Amino acid sequence: MANLFAGVGTSHVPGIGAAVDHDKTQLPYWKPLFDGYGPAREWMEREKPDVVIIVYNDHASAFSLELIPTFAMGVAAEFQPADEGYGPRQVPVVEGHPELAWHICESLIMDEFDMTIANKMPVDHGLTVPLSIMCGQPEAWPCKVIPLAVNVIQYPQPRGSRCFALGKAIRAAVDSFDEDLKVAVWGTGGMSHQLQGERAGFVNEPFDTAFLNDLTADKERLINIGHTEYMREAGSEGAELVMWLIMLGALDKDAKEVYRHYHVPASNTAAGLIILENS
Amino acid sequence: MRQDRPYSNIPGTYVLDPQHSMQGYELNMFCMSLNKPQNRDKFRLDEAAYLDDFPLTKEQRKAVLSRDWLGLLQLGGNIYYTFKLAIFDRRNMQYVGGAMSGVSEQEFTDMMIAGGRPVEGNLYTSEEK
Repeated sequence: MANLFAGVGTSHVPGIGAAVDHDKTQLPYWKPLFDGYGPAREWMEREKPDVVIIVYNDHASAFSLELIPTFAMGVAAEFQPADEGYGPRQVPVVEGHPELAWHICESLIMDEFDMTIANKMPVDHGLTVPLSIMCGQPEAWPCKVIPLAVNVIQYPQPRGSRCFALGKAIRAAVDSFDEDLKVAVWGTGGMSHQLQGERAGFVNEPFDTAFLNDLTADKERLINIGHTEYMREAGSEGAELVMWLIMLGALDKDAKEVYRHYHVPASNTAAGLIILENS
Repeated sequence: MRQDRPYSNIPGTYVLDPQHSMQGYELNMFCMSLNKPQNRDKFRLDEAAYLDDFPLTKEQRKAVLSRDWLGLLQLGGNIYYTFKLAIFDRRNMQYVGGAMSGVSEQEFTDMMIAGGRPVEGNLYTSEEK
């Protein structure tokens, strides 16, 4: 049977991807951030998940205001890096896992989560930057990927409690997949940041630290953080953190923290990373 | 539609809520069009003519042409969309962040390196200096 063994939470700042692509990771500005990614990459190499479900948001690449799915899962065999205005990132094509993805979609919809199913979905930095963070610059990504795009740009975004419940339903779906696969879920985005307006550059380290702590210490508090609290306390773009709650919902109740890293700034963002493992 | 919302008193923040989305749809979709290289080429050739294909308001059109980064948000833009115009200009997020908050790119970058814009004084409009 498929085994969902771990979760990762990580920021997906485009500048991090650009630093990798343009060989800037050892510059003084970026080095402290990338030094902290070292142990996470070692973990990834050691654990070798077969499939990673990457929960991320599309930034006006595959979707736009024309069509705004709250939860969209990619069931294709491959996903091309999107052109976000610079030309596509020169990173490997993302390979999907159609059988598991379809199984999850079917299971979720029967479980009353009415998913949007995507057979064609270019993937932007929201998905490819976490791969660069965890895997560096391989010839091909070392795992299959199932993209789960969440609307966090158009208000109202899905509530934290709904995201957590979706995570639980994803877990049930993976548990019932009849093939020996090692599966991880990554929740991406955040941590505190605000890209827009006169308050651009807002960062709230105490909020982020409490969030990282409560992924193991007080899930109930995190699940109940509302839209306004995210926007006010974590910055208007900090509401991306609801995507970490999908990852959290997919894990055992007593999943353990095995690694964390936090650094300000990555571009205009507080960058965080955490690895949680089921026992 | 309800105008006064619990997040209305967050300073310097333009939430892409239903009202904002209705106001900015065409503006944001113009920005979205710059994802395509052939559109970027057309826009580069003649910005004003390119904009004729989008039913923008006079104010939105002016804000695009004059790169009024804060004005674009006030007229319905969302940063993930308006930033596509910044990418077109080869500007980075520190430049745009500075332009929206009234400082230079270097000052904005320095603020981020020093830990970002502080929490204190920036949670409620009532505590703005």
